[in-house]
Amino acid sequence: MKQAHAGAQAISRRSFLRLAGLGGAIYVSGLSGWSSAAALPGGANEDFFFIQLSDTHWGFEGAPNPDAHGTLQKAVAAVNSLEQVPDFIVFTGDLTHTTDDPQERRQRLREFKDIAAGLKVKNVHFMPGEHDASLDHGEAYQEFFGKTHYSFAHKGVNFIVIDNVSDPTGAIGETQLAWLADELRQLPPQARIVVFTHRPLFDLYPQWDWATRDGAKAVELLQAHANVTVFYGHIHQEHHHMTGHIAHHAAKSLIFPLPAPGSQPKRTPLPWDDAYPYRGLGYRQVAAEAAKPMDYQLTELPVLKG
Amino acid sequence: MDIHHKRRLLLAGAAAGGLAVATRLVLAQTPERVIKIVAKKFDFTPGEIRLKKNQPVTLEFTTLDVVMGFNLPDFAIRTDILPGATSRLRFTPDKSGEFPFHCDVFCGSGHESMTGTVIVT
Repeated sequence: MKQAHAGAQAISRRSFLRLAGLGGAIYVSGLSGWSSAAALPGGANEDFFFIQLSDTHWGFEGAPNPDAHGTLQKAVAAVNSLEQVPDFIVFTGDLTHTTDDPQERRQRLREFKDIAAGLKVKNVHFMPGEHDASLDHGEAYQEFFGKTHYSFAHKGVNFIVIDNVSDPTGAIGETQLAWLADELRQLPPQARIVVFTHRPLFDLYPQWDWATRDGAKAVELLQAHANVTVFYGHIHQEHHHMTGHIAHHAAKSLIFPLPAPGSQPKRTPLPWDDAYPYRGLGYRQVAAEAAKPMDYQLTELPVLKG
Repeated sequence: MDIHHKRRLLLAGAAAGGLAVATRLVLAQTPERVIKIVAKKFDFTPGEIRLKKNQPVTLEFTTLDVVMGFNLPDFAIRTDILPGATSRLRFTPDKSGEFPFHCDVFCGSGHESMTGTVIVT
């Protein structure tokens, strides 16, 4: 996992489990610029880790995941079983699958929230995906989870949640960009910043709408800071990309994997494989060796928890 | 045949000649293509649009239900499609191949499958 590279020293202390869809267990010591920022005066280096869960699509039914009603619970059980307790958990959108019925949308959000309440870690942050918020501009989502964009700090790291889905055109919008600029103005250039979004902020594959219409404006604002890492969802697969010095990492989905950008004519879900249930959704174990910090071996393991 | 009659024939001949030239000019200019595309959840009709390289075309969009978007990233063109209105995109494809287009205004469950292909030969 790319965000672990710079944190090879921390990661080499142990291997860690990743849930696909989670984006995984993320040690902040592995984030871009962490080491250099920590070396600055007053730059404490208190390592911690958090879990990213993504694209649960509660309410989806279909062949790409015959266990659509059980996968989220398995993820909750898996996170609860981790020996090392994460500091917090973040869901990067598409908590629910779209419905045109506003009442059904609320019912799905309610059920999702009830299941997520089963997480032992109570420090949980949410954000919407287009399936949750685009049809009503985030109205139902906000009834259950509050603001769609916000910031918080944790152990010296500044986390910023950007909403690029409540506008059905997939734009952040000038108002929110002004808010982002104001947030960033309050942070020193060397501040450690982690951004969560649902859609990629860069043009990953606009042909499949894997982009944010005004994402370049957000990236331009973030470029002024030396230590920025972005985690996002939406594309249901692992993907890593750099815009200048900013690293962007995509999480897998907890409902079904999607194809690599442009790898097939349409972005239809990859089929469920009976011979390998939960392929692309199961645990991942990432092991790093201190002698070869850039050499990672990823092994996907079957889902066992839950 | 008196002089007046000859003159009328000459004028008529000249007019006929002029009409023939005008007809040839009109025939030489192929009228620009207008392709009507109808959007509805979660479909574009036609879903396959065949164009000729370097020949200008106007795409004309309407929607039968909600707000849609048409985005053809490979040619950097897009438009919103609003109920009760007609949106138009005029462009000249300058490269050949198959290029995907999609709805880029989230319109419900199934939005992701609202795609099509522009084929330029």
